[in-house]
Amino acid sequence: MFATLSHIGFATPWLLWALVGLPVLWILLRAVPPAPIRRRFPGVILLLGLSDEDTVSDKTPWWLILLRMLAAAAVIIGLAGPILNPDTAEQQGDAPLVVIFDGSWAGAEGWPRRMELAGQLLREAGREGRVAAVLSLSDPRPVSFQPADVIASQLEGVEPRAWGPSAETLSRAAAILSVVGGEFETLWMSDGVSYPGRAAVLQMAEDRGPVTVFESDSAVVALHPAQFADGEILISATRSRSSLASDHVMRAHGRDPAGVSRVLATVPLQFAAGQDAAEVRLSLPAELRARVSRFDLQGTRSAGAVVLSDDSLRRREVALITGRQDREGLELLSPLHYLHQALAPSADLLDGAIEEVIPANPDVIILADVADLTPAEETALVTWVEEGGLLLRFAGPRLAASDLARSEEHPLLPVRLRSGGRTVGGAMSWGAPKALAPFKEESPFYGLPVPEDVSISAQVVAQPDPTLAERVIAELSDGTPLVTRKPLGQGRVVLVHVSANAEWSSLPLSGLFVQMLDRLAVSSVTGQPEAADLAGTTWQPQRVLDGFGRLHDAGTLPGIAGEDLVEAPLGPQVHPGLYQGPTRTLARNVMQPDQQIVAAEWPSSVRVEGLERAEPLMLAGYLLALALILLLLDVIAALALSGRLALRPNKAAVLLLLALPLAQPQPAHADDSFALRATAELALGYIRTGDAGVDQVSEAGLRGLSETLFFRTSVEPAEPIGVDLERDELALFPFLYWPITEAQSIPSVEAYARLNRYLRSGGMILFDTRDADVAGFGTSSPNGRKLRRLAEPLDIPALEPLPVDHVLTRTFYLLQDFPGRHMGRDIWVEAAPADAEQVEGMPFRNLNDGVTPVVIGGNDWAAAWAMDARGNAMFPIGRGFSGERQRELAYRFGVNLVMHVLTGNYKSDQVHVPALLDRLGQ
Amino acid sequence: MSPEASLRARAEAQAASLPPLLARAEHLAGTVLLGEHGRRRAGMGDDFWQYRPVQAGDSRRMIDWRRSARGDAQFVREREWQIAQSVILWVDQSASMQFSSDKSLPSKLERARVLALATAILLIRGGERVGLSGTLLPPRRGNNQILRLAEFFSTESAEDYGVPEARAMLPQARGLFVSDFMGDLTPLREALTKAADRGVRGVLLQVLDPSEESFPFRGRTIFESMGGSLRHETLKAGELRDRYLRRLAQRKDELGQLALRTGWQYHCHHSNDAAQMALMWLWQAINRGTA
Repeated sequence: MFATLSHIGFATPWLLWALVGLPVLWILLRAVPPAPIRRRFPGVILLLGLSDEDTVSDKTPWWLILLRMLAAAAVIIGLAGPILNPDTAEQQGDAPLVVIFDGSWAGAEGWPRRMELAGQLLREAGREGRVAAVLSLSDPRPVSFQPADVIASQLEGVEPRAWGPSAETLSRAAAILSVVGGEFETLWMSDGVSYPGRAAVLQMAEDRGPVTVFESDSAVVALHPAQFADGEILISATRSRSSLASDHVMRAHGRDPAGVSRVLATVPLQFAAGQDAAEVRLSLPAELRARVSRFDLQGTRSAGAVVLSDDSLRRREVALITGRQDREGLELLSPLHYLHQALAPSADLLDGAIEEVIPANPDVIILADVADLTPAEETALVTWVEEGGLLLRFAGPRLAASDLARSEEHPLLPVRLRSGGRTVGGAMSWGAPKALAPFKEESPFYGLPVPEDVSISAQVVAQPDPTLAERVIAELSDGTPLVTRKPLGQGRVVLVHVSANAEWSSLPLSGLFVQMLDRLAVSSVTGQPEAADLAGTTWQPQRVLDGFGRLHDAGTLPGIAGEDLVEAPLGPQVHPGLYQGPTRTLARNVMQPDQQIVAAEWPSSVRVEGLERAEPLMLAGYLLALALILLLLDVIAALALSGRLALRPNKAAVLLLLALPLAQPQPAHADDSFALRATAELALGYIRTGDAGVDQVSEAGLRGLSETLFFRTSVEPAEPIGVDLERDELALFPFLYWPITEAQSIPSVEAYARLNRYLRSGGMILFDTRDADVAGFGTSSPNGRKLRRLAEPLDIPALEPLPVDHVLTRTFYLLQDFPGRHMGRDIWVEAAPADAEQVEGMPFRNLNDGVTPVVIGGNDWAAAWAMDARGNAMFPIGRGFSGERQRELAYRFGVNLVMHVLTGNYKSDQVHVPALLDRLGQ
Repeated sequence: MSPEASLRARAEAQAASLPPLLARAEHLAGTVLLGEHGRRRAGMGDDFWQYRPVQAGDSRRMIDWRRSARGDAQFVREREWQIAQSVILWVDQSASMQFSSDKSLPSKLERARVLALATAILLIRGGERVGLSGTLLPPRRGNNQILRLAEFFSTESAEDYGVPEARAMLPQARGLFVSDFMGDLTPLREALTKAADRGVRGVLLQVLDPSEESFPFRGRTIFESMGGSLRHETLKAGELRDRYLRRLAQRKDELGQLALRTGWQYHCHHSNDAAQMALMWLWQAINRGTA
């Protein structure tokens, strides 16, 4: 239903007829004069009687009319709904529409484009009034046909799954499709990967109507599970199309020592042109390797490009400790030889003394025939086991000969031992060497085959105890315990009652030895287990992958059987992810080792399109915006024409500002101008508190003080300047007045740094709590408490009440009272040094050098100093003449203060003593 | 608030506008004293002007004995400004004077007041008596008269165009009329004729706003007088400009002629020009008149 004009179509073309009305508008606009302005003008008396020469009013100029016509035309065309590149070719017809998604992880890369395309197609179908349904082959749900634009809004619910279409999901999808009656058109959003059973579904769809396939032409890349080979991590990658060379970056993710997840290593991964496989080897230190939790391809969002690593990359650390090595050279008799052989391929081995290996926190400590432990070693071992360690002990001649655990149970042995042990089948004994009994069901070794040829000729023997039966996990054919185990804290202590070498038994020579170590979780698991290995176990999903390759908490997903975990195809039941089993975690990845990705091939009967297409562009918004801009221009032009703009540049500026979409905010403070203003002449500063009233009083107060200084002294300050602690440089001011209000905010850390620098470099701050009428100095008032909080981070020296011989009492005037608007006596300044002493005949002590960095009081000096612009006092002080006297003293204090700041302790100089004595009348 | 207190508060609010006017006027007057006459006029408080020989008709009281005792001739000590001039001021306070075309410009009235008061200050410092035309404030000398003048200048009138006050004009006095002279010229003509009859000469100072000189208006406009009593509508204000300016020139010319005929002096001042120039001219014009 589009009226097409080459590339532009209109949604409602009949509206364009309104363009015919434009010439009428032209005539109307020319006829109506602009509205008059009312203007007050005394010279009107000279105008009286002057008639207009031209009785026709000022005509609206042709260009203004043209502007308005353009605006009107833009509105009309805009409302007619122009569309650039309207869709005319595709999916004509009104058959129901079925949108089929492969919905597998392979489509996660580029999924937004697929969704956008599908949404676009569905919305177009919606404009034609067609009904539609959506079917995901990876996760088929029964379809219900609804108007296509409704379906378009529900597309959000379709997500790529971490698995692909399997036989089971495909059969469900086929069943769903077969229920749909009549013809339908199929739009197939392919992921570009072939899978078995696709042809059948395609055949079904083709039988019912035309099929269009949309698929991306970029290759799907996937990683195979990581393997550990030759001390390196080996990861192979495969891709669906092999024509071009491509570079990727593989990242290894894991937690750093602080527990923060980060990228631990990156390796380039390169596919050569024509190759569909690539391999990358990653060599990491064992510590780092143990922390790797997953690998992925940078910039590829797909579950196939993520490889989860499980315990198979993790190698256990096993500490091997034996007793004194007093038999040199007899390698095969060493108690550790067979353990070395059994564990070296799968575990990292530590050698050393017990005190040295325990701080390394190995997973397992094996004590081979060690009987004597120092008390310190014993305590350390017990602590380590209680925290979750596994202590595996082997018997041997030394253990048998020792008195360990004879009469009572030793904490590091599971059972009490009889002295001496026993020997069977030797030259001096009756009976044959004993074989092993089959393992009981509750034993961790249950299910391991017992080889015939394992025989035990000597062992240490457990004392019968009430707890013995439950601690035995392997026994000989005659029922004597061979392996015993007991829990200790969170850890376990296991004792193998034979030696770790072949002296006492042939166990270390058999394959069973390795398997037993495996079951005891001494050795690390390497490689993927076979299904048979996991038969009968249940694995609980911990974290599962979604189609985009993100890990999610598994939540309430049910556990799955071990064989399914390894062999069953991925699907709604088997998610890729991390699974927790009895002794280890196992990762199920999207790709199986050696699995290939095959690009989808489509028969010639279906139309295959890419994901890109020229988008229809709605032009209405642009045209209406253009009309608005034109009308705005018209407003300005009309104002200019009628003379309203010419006389009022301010208004024009306002209009221009309105017309500009974004007015640039002025930089709040031009730094240089502030510094120049503060330094061109001496200026007193006050801290802006944010309370406009207080700030105004501060400014007026300092202005009054400046005036006073100007008239009475040679200090001639300029206008006072308000200082913003957060922004302004303080060093420009010799003196800052800081009134305390309860509401002012605590300065930032940087502001405090500046303040401290200011105080240390000789500045002075006059803190004024302004409440001396109701409170003394201290925390008795809200302002006092606020002052304490404000001043806490400041570098303020020890304070004392202003002593009578302080230099402030005589820098300009001789003063003993320092009133402001209030008459509080307490004013605090930097304390005098403790050794300041009054010299005989001197009126004052020789006090500290320099200027006191702070003066603290509450007399509300600014209010007493405050002058308005005409030099009148702003606030009444006291009563009558005594009030005026108080104000005068306040001014004198201010003068003294500024003099003190500017001249320091000049008046403390002994040179002035005679003159001062004279003045003091002594 | 008690009635007295509120009265006092209002009085203070009224008085508050006086000091700036006074200050500006004094400031302006100060520049004239320093600039043109220098300190040579500092001795104005002293009466002495010159000694002249006694002429017939001088009373014996007038003989300065101290000077005469030095010689045989007898001298009279003559004093300057012994017969003080009376200067009467009229400042047009009407609505049309309250116009200013731009916020940055003072209104015509403000400028007129400052100029009149500054002239008054200068005259009073010079020992003259200054008052208002009419019977409201007869000419007196002394600083208090400045305050009284400032007070009277601070009132405003609501009528559209001012009419000069010509009653109770002292014979041989000097006059200073400040207005925009936009209203009907007939009362002014009558007033000046009357003044000429009584030997009063003086100065007409026309204060105009720059927009009244340039007429920068365009487009369809309704012009209204400040009081709203007159209005004129035009469709093309821009085309009226030339004719307006002609009429304005005509009026200025008429004023000049009128002044010439009655022995007065006429000057046109624009409120965007410096007040000092106008004051300088005023001072010299009045001096010319009194000399």
